[in-house]
Amino acid sequence: MKSHVLTQLRSLEAESVHIMREVVAEMERPCLLFSGGKDSIVMLHLAVKAFAPARVPFPIMHVDTGLNFQTVLDCRDRWVERTGVQLVVASVQEAIDRGLVQEEPNGSRNRIQTPVLLEAAEKHGFDALFGGGRRDEEKARAKERVFSFRDDFGQWDPKNQRPEIWNLYNGRVHQGESIRVFPLSNWTELDIWAYIEAENIDLPDLYLAKDREVVERSGMLYEVNEFTPLKDGETAQVLSTRYRTVGDANLTACVESKAATLIDVVEEVAAVRLTERGATRGDDKVSEAAMEDRKKEGYF
Amino acid sequence: MTVLTEGAGEAGPASETHAEIVSGDLLRFATAGSVDDGKSTLIGRLLFDSKSIFADQLESVEQVSKDRGNDYADLSLLTDGLRAEREQGITIDVAYRYFATPKRKFIIADTPGHTQYTRNMVTGASTADVALILIDARKGVVEQSRRHTFLATLLGVPHVVVCVNKMDLVDYDEQVFEKIRAEFTEFASRLRVPDLTFIPVSALAGDNVVTRSENMEWFDGSPLLSHLERLHVASDRNLVDVRFPVQYVIRPQQNDARDYRGYAGTVASGVMKPGDRVLALPAGLETTIESIDTADGPVDEAYPPMSVTVRLADEIDISRGDMICRPNNAPTVTQDIDAQICWMDESASLVQGKKYAIKHTTRWARALVKNINYRVDVNTLHRDEDATEIKLNEMARIRLRVTQPLFVDAYQTNRQTGAFILVDEATNKTVAAGMIGGAAHQY
Ligand SMILES: Nc1nc2c(ncn2[C@@H]2O[C@H](COP(=O)(O)OP(=O)(O)O)[C@@H](O)[C@H]2O)c(=O)[nH]1
Ligand SMILES: [Mg+2]
Repeated sequence: MKSHVLTQLRSLEAESVHIMREVVAEMERPCLLFSGGKDSIVMLHLAVKAFAPARVPFPIMHVDTGLNFQTVLDCRDRWVERTGVQLVVASVQEAIDRGLVQEEPNGSRNRIQTPVLLEAAEKHGFDALFGGGRRDEEKARAKERVFSFRDDFGQWDPKNQRPEIWNLYNGRVHQGESIRVFPLSNWTELDIWAYIEAENIDLPDLYLAKDREVVERSGMLYEVNEFTPLKDGETAQVLSTRYRTVGDANLTACVESKAATLIDVVEEVAAVRLTERGATRGDDKVSEAAMEDRKKEGYF
Repeated sequence: MTVLTEGAGEAGPASETHAEIVSGDLLRFATAGSVDDGKSTLIGRLLFDSKSIFADQLESVEQVSKDRGNDYADLSLLTDGLRAEREQGITIDVAYRYFATPKRKFIIADTPGHTQYTRNMVTGASTADVALILIDARKGVVEQSRRHTFLATLLGVPHVVVCVNKMDLVDYDEQVFEKIRAEFTEFASRLRVPDLTFIPVSALAGDNVVTRSENMEWFDGSPLLSHLERLHVASDRNLVDVRFPVQYVIRPQQNDARDYRGYAGTVASGVMKPGDRVLALPAGLETTIESIDTADGPVDEAYPPMSVTVRLADEIDISRGDMICRPNNAPTVTQDIDAQICWMDESASLVQGKKYAIKHTTRWARALVKNINYRVDVNTLHRDEDATEIKLNEMARIRLRVTQPLFVDAYQTNRQTGAFILVDEATNKTVAAGMIGGAAHQY
């Protein structure tokens, strides 16, 4: 007799598919926020699976900071090409030129993405935005709902969230209000990587280790390229590194790693999680990077 | 800080392959207990001993504990977010936490708070396989232990594990544990608890959490984590009554799949196979399952909680909110619902004669509150038959008249098709969780 028990990855997958179908059935105009990072790619992969053999029945939106790694854009375009999904690009550069937002002094375009995102969502009339946030990212996120209600200013009010009981999600909104939906709520970082490996999901090659020319600045390793050129007095070195995060190309650091294949990455992530007290400084760095990683990856 | 370096446990070495790390199944549990019974410490201990926390988190916990002059690392600091919240007076809410061992992934619904406990507990227990009830060994079975157990059983949680905590403070005395066990068992016999287990623990010192306690040789059961790892949950799922609420109709408007028409959904219960005779409700028409599709290809059976797409042999008009079942095993089709509800809204009460939106499986309808039969006092289980309104965190037995037929089962036999929510039509807030207790009327 068969066991009739799903493995954890298949249970998580089934739950995410259920959530996505629920949104498409109940909301008028959903859209998937696509950063080109691993979580948003996993979401898109799940969306493809949820509606097969039909195409993904909603567009994806990339909030383009203008500070992209080329391999991330290439990967995005491969996904669009392969799945036939409609791509909406909201340009931060263009919003700066129009005066909607102003460049931050530190050169980060992370925060100024939000007004650009909200404006584009309003223009297109999106009433549900899929985001790749996970509850394991920080303590503060542990209570985030799967369907997270936003008022007509796109704002989140922690006191005004709806109870979520069983899998009976409530996406009812008034005109102008919207919901953010987090289909990956119950996934951990390790689940994401194990799933990417199991499904052989196409990612930007930044996530895999190879020899890169890097320079060290305040303990962080930056690849030497047009976004982060070598400054006077600095020396570059060649190290085996990979990126744990895909953010603005001018600010995203890589970490030393030998994980050149997806299996290696899964093992590395598992090992980092299992790191006990007395870890080396190197491990601490990985851990810090992981935190930063999370903040950057979420659009919200 | 000796306790921290002990970190024994089941979560093997880092050299394990990915396959071993994530091949287990998923277990959801909800924790409950009065304030200060040690819930946060126990969760922290599970996260720590299963090595699910990062090095930096651990270091800060150790540092803070050392600064305070503690002998032990205060593992409750790992869930500190909640404590800060309590200080700021924000509504305390259900928090979800995760850890995994090579055998299983665990999702913890941490349901703290005394004032909002009913709403939190109902939310956390609604999807839980296990309810973990904490009891302070020094205090014994208290009012809250009874309430939490009552709510867990009402929500149909199949396994209850009672952790008698702080055994270190009662000299690990077997008599103390036995007395609590006897008292709790007596009380639980009046409820519907299919599986009840007692474990004496010290969340702080780690006794019987992950490793067997050397201080309680008299206890011959398993430590908590091994118990949770081995708990058999497959047989809890209803694999008998086929219930497939149609969620979405997949009909590609594409040249490459023009004739495709599939019914997407999550199997609520039962096992479906291609070739099975099925009945579609509300159409009342019979046909055969032609194929059960997934993006990875057709499968030879589907069971809960799989998300699949079903194709049928005959063209029947089926849409979202309809239900596929077996001809000789159908749910009750009814517009009259008798249910137990938990009211979850602070701004308005449930009143007789008011209309709400109702969501049951994938179907929305409108429901009129025909009658409030009685309110249940969660503390005393006393019934107040004169109640005219139901307020936040109160439970009641009510009767609804629904605008369209629903396809229901009793909650105690089916946690999917026996459940519904009520939504306020003006504010769109989810205001109640409902559990169907046998339909009032059927045709
Ligand atoms: N001696 C002892 N103290 C404990 C134990 N478990 C928790 N505590 C202490 O009890 C207090 C309340 O614990 P906490 O985990 O915050 O309880 P919660 O309110 O249920 O989350 C803290 O001071 C803990 O250190 C235990 O097993 N033994
Ligand atoms: Mg606590």
